[in-house]
Amino acid sequence: MKDPIQVRFSGAGGQGLITAGIILAEAAMLEGRNVVQTQTYGPEARLGSSRAEVIISSGQIAYPEVTSPDVQVCMSPEAARKYAPKTAPGSLVVLDSTCVRDEITTTGRVARLPITQAAVDLGNKVVANAVALGVVNALAGIVSHESLVKAVVARVPRKYAELNERALTVGAELATSAAESAGAQAASS
Amino acid sequence: MRPQRLVQGNEACAHAALYAGCNFYAGYPITPSSEVMEILAQEMPRRGRVFIQMEDEIASISAIIGAAWGGARVLTATSGPGFSLMQEGLGYAAITETPCVIVNCQRWGPSTGQPTKGAQGDVLQAIWGTHGDHPVIVLTASAVRDVFDMTVRAFNLAEEYRVPVVLLMDEMVAHMRENIDWPEPGEIPVFERRKPADPATFKPFGGDEFVPFGTGARFHVTGLAHGPEGFAVADENAARELKRMVGKIRDNVLKLTMVDRYRLDDATIALVAYGITSRPAQSAVDLLRDQGIKAGLLSLKTLWPFPDDAVREVARRVETIVVPELNLGQLVREIERSAAGMCGVIHVGRVDGHLLTPTQIAQGALQQEAVRA
Amino acid sequence: MSEDYRRFLRLNQLPHVWCPGCGNGMIVKSLLEAINELRLDQDRVVVVSGIGCSGRTPFVLDFNTMHTTHGRAIAFATGIKLANPELHVIVVMGDGDASAIGGNHFIHACRRNLDLTALVFNNGIYGLTGGQLAPTTPMGKRSTTSLGGSIEPAFDLVRLALGAGAAFVARTTSFDHKQCTSLIKRAISHHGFGVVDVLTSCPTYFGRMNDVAEPYDMVHYLRDTSAPAHDSACDHGPPPDTSLLPTGIFRDEERPDYAVLYRQKIAAATSERRAS
Repeated sequence: MKDPIQVRFSGAGGQGLITAGIILAEAAMLEGRNVVQTQTYGPEARLGSSRAEVIISSGQIAYPEVTSPDVQVCMSPEAARKYAPKTAPGSLVVLDSTCVRDEITTTGRVARLPITQAAVDLGNKVVANAVALGVVNALAGIVSHESLVKAVVARVPRKYAELNERALTVGAELATSAAESAGAQAASS
Repeated sequence: MRPQRLVQGNEACAHAALYAGCNFYAGYPITPSSEVMEILAQEMPRRGRVFIQMEDEIASISAIIGAAWGGARVLTATSGPGFSLMQEGLGYAAITETPCVIVNCQRWGPSTGQPTKGAQGDVLQAIWGTHGDHPVIVLTASAVRDVFDMTVRAFNLAEEYRVPVVLLMDEMVAHMRENIDWPEPGEIPVFERRKPADPATFKPFGGDEFVPFGTGARFHVTGLAHGPEGFAVADENAARELKRMVGKIRDNVLKLTMVDRYRLDDATIALVAYGITSRPAQSAVDLLRDQGIKAGLLSLKTLWPFPDDAVREVARRVETIVVPELNLGQLVREIERSAAGMCGVIHVGRVDGHLLTPTQIAQGALQQEAVRA
Repeated sequence: MSEDYRRFLRLNQLPHVWCPGCGNGMIVKSLLEAINELRLDQDRVVVVSGIGCSGRTPFVLDFNTMHTTHGRAIAFATGIKLANPELHVIVVMGDGDASAIGGNHFIHACRRNLDLTALVFNNGIYGLTGGQLAPTTPMGKRSTTSLGGSIEPAFDLVRLALGAGAAFVARTTSFDHKQCTSLIKRAISHHGFGVVDVLTSCPTYFGRMNDVAEPYDMVHYLRDTSAPAHDSACDHGPPPDTSLLPTGIFRDEERPDYAVLYRQKIAAATSERRAS
């Protein structure tokens, strides 16, 4: 894993992106690392644009904001258009293909995965944030899956803990299948 | 190792107030400070302490001043528009030497501006905003743990010096979350109010001691110019009282001011920053050092009284001072005054609602280098 | 039997600043009679004022006293009372304090029902600043900022307080001393927010501008423009529609005051905390 690593979740208000950022930060804390979690949001109480960012470092974090995300997830078309193109070559850009259908030009490595659809299949769209976390963590290897599970269970209401845990796993599986198919594509081309 | 907690700036402020013994909060909702009030709305009644939501910010600051004279340790938190309304009460707290803490989570611009964007545009208002010469202490914080420590310090100084203390936060530090060591009880000293030996002969003004109403002293509190007993004075007596009040701050600059130093020992360029801007400034120092430029950072934790000596000491031995601020040039004026021509002073401002980046600050410093070379 | 009220006065702060013929002294006398009759502990009485002629009241009273900013007395008093509910907090305001600059605090205090007593020294004009129009200046009456007569309807503070939900609402005049004392006493005894609108005389400004410049005439003016509507608490009710300003008690309800409800909230929150 890159150290320090910068992670960005972007999308719309109500998708639980800030919670996702908090959970990732808490998982990293469980592993003894320093974290800063920041966010920007519009003036709307609901449904505006939303962005949560996390910096994780084994050292001190002076500048608290993400300047160039190593990993990012875009969960709305607006977020994808705004953030995906501006990214460092080689960085990871995950697009939630349930919400983002446009072609996006970026120098990052793109993974298109049906994150929100996976949450719907699990029975509750609300856990799309946990699916996204599972995806990102599996692709970037930021923390151990166990730390992520611990952080989720500690943060969400008890009756949703199991659902969220499953969402993390589903996210990780989505990521693995994507990585495999990308590998297969690379081999065939 | 003690388990750490992921804490938001506003959350640290609210819990630090509880830690410091705050037992009365009055406020009015306003972005981006509302979390302080929401947390205290929950936590104060749980501890048998008082929380009240008032009808506006003027009422909020008036209520906390009243509560202080009722015997409470008091806090209100607000943001720009509310802070403007509170200037009336801030002056009353100053002239009545009422210990109280006012937190201002600064947001962008005058008037409504941009409620969800941070800035450092209220610095001079915090110092000079209410009319007339007056004593006030202004503190700032650049990290979540810093918010905790400076909130406790704000209570301590308010009690020790019997003055209103303004803690200037900003939207960024108010809403960011960081892992912190949560202070244990007793870890940070909490100043206890000085009580007179005999409340019956207590003079409400002119001393460090404080007793509230209802303890048998029966005194008068007024916003008019007044002497030690609280009754009106004029002419040279009014001048004496005003000088004494302002003197509480002016005569204790060294005790009141706090600064942090980073890689300053051999620096030829010094960044002088405060609040959230200290964070990119510290990274800028590292960027400049990587390019072989001897940069350092003086981070100001106390904005008023102004840490003149610390700035002057730096100005004496560097070629340039760079002042990054999220405004169009506010504290830089005090820094120029302190530097008094001993070095160049340049301002790097940003007012689009975003935090200055380390690169922007470093480039600001480098341009100055280029100009000199 | 006559009482010696000097024990309630800061004699070294006399003389007061009020003009000859001003009604404020009569209201203060009523207040001291009420405090005396209720046997309130002098050390536990707090008198809080705003700004203006009425604002000078606490200077001369030997209680815990606080002269605050214009219009904010009720907000300061709210803090004092909640910080120490054992204090008897009496707010003394002018009509400018209560209905102009501090109107917001006044209506919210009526709604909130904290156990405070608010006395409005209502002279229908700004006295200390030199006789300008107040929200309580009757329509047609003159002031230094309405020389041709006011074209604004005046606030009726009783109706305002009733509308805002105050639990105890009364009106009296500085002319009717017995009624004034009795209503202030009732307001202090009442648990919750009590308002007494006291119409008082300002011969210097209101009088001179409106042909009642002689103190004696000004007192008669108060008498002739008001009428007792409800002599006792038993027959209180909304003010009748008459050309005369009715006096008496217009509402006297006991309902849980803010401090009682807040104590219940503390009890619930602390037991919840112990449980968790």
